Amino acid sequence: MGLKSSLHNLKEKYRGTKMAPAFGAFHTFLYLPNDTTHGGTHIKAADDLKRTMNTVILALIPCLIFGMFNAGYQHSLAFGEVEHVSEFFSASFWTLDNFMIGFWKIIPLVIVSYVVGLGIEFIFATINDHEVEEGYLVTGMLVPLIVPIDIPLWMLTVAIVFGVVIGKEVFGGTGMNILNPALTIRAFLFFAYPTWMSGDKVWVEGAVERDTLIAAGENLDAISGETILGSLAQGNEVGYSVMDMFYGFVPGSVGETSALLILLGGLFLIFTKIGSWRIMLSSVIGALAMGLIFNQIADVGIISEGSKFYGLMNTTFWHHLIIGGFAFGVVFMATDPVTASQTNRGKWIYGFLIGFISIMIRVFNPAYPEGVMLAILLMNVFAPTIDHYVVQGNVKQRLKRLKVKKA
Amino acid sequence: MSNDIRIKKGLDIKLKGEAEKATEKAIISNFYTLRPEDFHNVIPKLIAKEGSKLKAGEPVFYDKSNKAVKFVSPVSGEILEITRGEKRKILAIKIQADKEQSYFDNGKFNLDATPEAIKAHLMASGCWPFIMQRPYDVIANPDKTPKAIFVSGYSSAPLSANLNYVLQEKEAELQAAITVLGKLTEGEVHVSVGKHGKSPFDSLKGITLHNVSGPHPSGNVGTQINKIDPINKGEVVWTVTAQDLVIIGELLLTGKFNAERVVALVGSSVQKARYFTTKIGSEVATMIYDHGIDKDANVRIISGNVLSGKQINPDGYLDYYSNTITVIPEGDDYEFLGWTMPVFNKISTSRALTFSWMFPKKKFDLNTNTNGEHRAFVTTGTYEEVFPLDIFPMQILKACMYQDLDEMEALGMYEVAPEDFALTEFVCVSKQPHQEIIRKGLDLMLKEIG
Repeated sequence: MGLKSSLHNLKEKYRGTKMAPAFGAFHTFLYLPNDTTHGGTHIKAADDLKRTMNTVILALIPCLIFGMFNAGYQHSLAFGEVEHVSEFFSASFWTLDNFMIGFWKIIPLVIVSYVVGLGIEFIFATINDHEVEEGYLVTGMLVPLIVPIDIPLWMLTVAIVFGVVIGKEVFGGTGMNILNPALTIRAFLFFAYPTWMSGDKVWVEGAVERDTLIAAGENLDAISGETILGSLAQGNEVGYSVMDMFYGFVPGSVGETSALLILLGGLFLIFTKIGSWRIMLSSVIGALAMGLIFNQIADVGIISEGSKFYGLMNTTFWHHLIIGGFAFGVVFMATDPVTASQTNRGKWIYGFLIGFISIMIRVFNPAYPEGVMLAILLMNVFAPTIDHYVVQGNVKQRLKRLKVKKA
Repeated sequence: MSNDIRIKKGLDIKLKGEAEKATEKAIISNFYTLRPEDFHNVIPKLIAKEGSKLKAGEPVFYDKSNKAVKFVSPVSGEILEITRGEKRKILAIKIQADKEQSYFDNGKFNLDATPEAIKAHLMASGCWPFIMQRPYDVIANPDKTPKAIFVSGYSSAPLSANLNYVLQEKEAELQAAITVLGKLTEGEVHVSVGKHGKSPFDSLKGITLHNVSGPHPSGNVGTQINKIDPINKGEVVWTVTAQDLVIIGELLLTGKFNAERVVALVGSSVQKARYFTTKIGSEVATMIYDHGIDKDANVRIISGNVLSGKQINPDGYLDYYSNTITVIPEGDDYEFLGWTMPVFNKISTSRALTFSWMFPKKKFDLNTNTNGEHRAFVTTGTYEEVFPLDIFPMQILKACMYQDLDEMEALGMYEVAPEDFALTEFVCVSKQPHQEIIRKGLDLMLKEIG
């Protein structure tokens, strides 16, 4: 009783002051508020935005934890400390050492993400005098999962400030933004600091540092942690099996590697009805369609084996689903309800085009062979247009009904 | 002729405290109140004044925009008090009832009269306000001829009165009302009844009968209009609630305006939920305390159902159009980590650690807590699951919010009433006031387009 009533008294004290939004954010985090209905329905369903966002975070937690183990594993593998694993429950992958290496690299990313992002949200909520909205809870968890492990924290900070302010707050905050904020942050990093977002060094903890040591004249072997897409784009042999890709024992952004855990997360989101199955399914269909088209082009021989596109075009079409950031993007980013299509029919079109364009960009952009981020951002921009035409369909039907009646 | 309407989208909200099929006579209320706010968009002009002695059915005020539309006293008695608010707006007219009730005699009506005579009779006798129109969900404009009249003989809202039960043995009154109203439309009188159970409408003549099934809002007249004959621009339909047809019918047959109505007292806070015979405008205190609620219980009393009813105080009154009084617990308490804990005792259409989907038959005891704070629209697709009309709910709500009249019209604003958006409001993750948004939108259109 003590905590509840003293918090209640504080709430009354801060009511109407500049402190109210910030205090409210902490208070409602601890306690579901005592607000009752006024006018309208007298009862309300159990779900609120906090619960919705929390469900997405729950779906992300396995990817985060796996990312920690994988960061450590990739590091140990590159430094020759462990053997290559091929089983999901392999003892040399799930070690405390691996976890601790990843943990100490990734927790700072998570903390920076939340502190900077939520800090901006609090400032804007106080300035605009509205409640602190929950949108950033998910964004803050997504951001550390879609960046390379070795990204310097100051770069991340700059990108988050840009992404949250320009990507979201200038439009009016949660619910009003056009672009997915997490992807805006990533796109900013990608265009502002390309050397830290691609290549074969940033994906493995310690590789960049090793390079600096070599440059300083130390006699060490350089570490290469090329992503699968990177290898394919350069026409190199991929050193990983399909199961490696599916389980996620490969280099890549922190949370994107394990298709298995992303699949589980996606199923959880569909089951809880928080994520749109229409978008996820249609994206997969779109990607498979584009993959098949490219496979055909490669098979028929339109493109020669020496072409720089050949490696990715010839990739078995369904492998596209489990390599790179495709799965993660489709499950967790394309389904963001604010920036996706809002009509059910629109979601099919939106999702399909994301899948289709992702693979297209992936194949035709070998300098940076990942397309899902740009595909989603592009479709974010087009989502209102898609919705417009879907809604116009309904409007036209209504006009037609009127004409039939008059005739 | 009978047609089937099946609704798939929707949600049956199963609550504790359903009324037992037993009717008691309510203690006769000493005071009755007419509240002009029950009649949306009506500006009252008083005919009677404080101290006037009235018979039941004698006019108390008329509508400023149409002098002929009279609003009458539900009982005979003396006007005790007229409460006024800001700018002398009339809030309530309180009438002290006589011990012996006497009725104003409107005369037995010839059911074969002309439409003009029918309209004049209904307006003068105080029955006109029972006829509502769409577009705009306001009292019908007598100058326009409706393309059809719709009556829902089936109630699907949570804990609402069972119409088959409350209308039993009222066939004669219903038939009289329908015969007369049918003459006021060029089209048909569509009556929808539940697919199961015996309805007093089954045997009536002069109606097109529809059998509806499926979850709430299948019983809402708005849903039925949308499925049977949707409203186009320029068209008008009228709707009358089934229990008001009885009052109209009795007036036509006997000449008496008898405001008697069978009302369900329901809700989880009520000890013994059951039906009462009472009158429009009577004090709810006459019903809620006997085997009902404790004197100072922390409860919400609602005149109407939990989705669209009006909040009233224990000394409040049954409003003009309701046949249900619902009493549920107030939810003005905090819940520790309530946003993240698994939820078993509340209803949810998602499965986000909410488990009502596991118990489809369970009856819930919901309180008035909002279960979260007001937010901008975020999630999509949730409204469509519970919204059976061929309309985009979120888009039309947003159009109302930014007041784009063309878009509101194009998206189907002429077809809707606030109660059609009660379920989307219930499930809304962002806790937006959908019914209020729609009401304001309709008022804006009425003002600008008319």
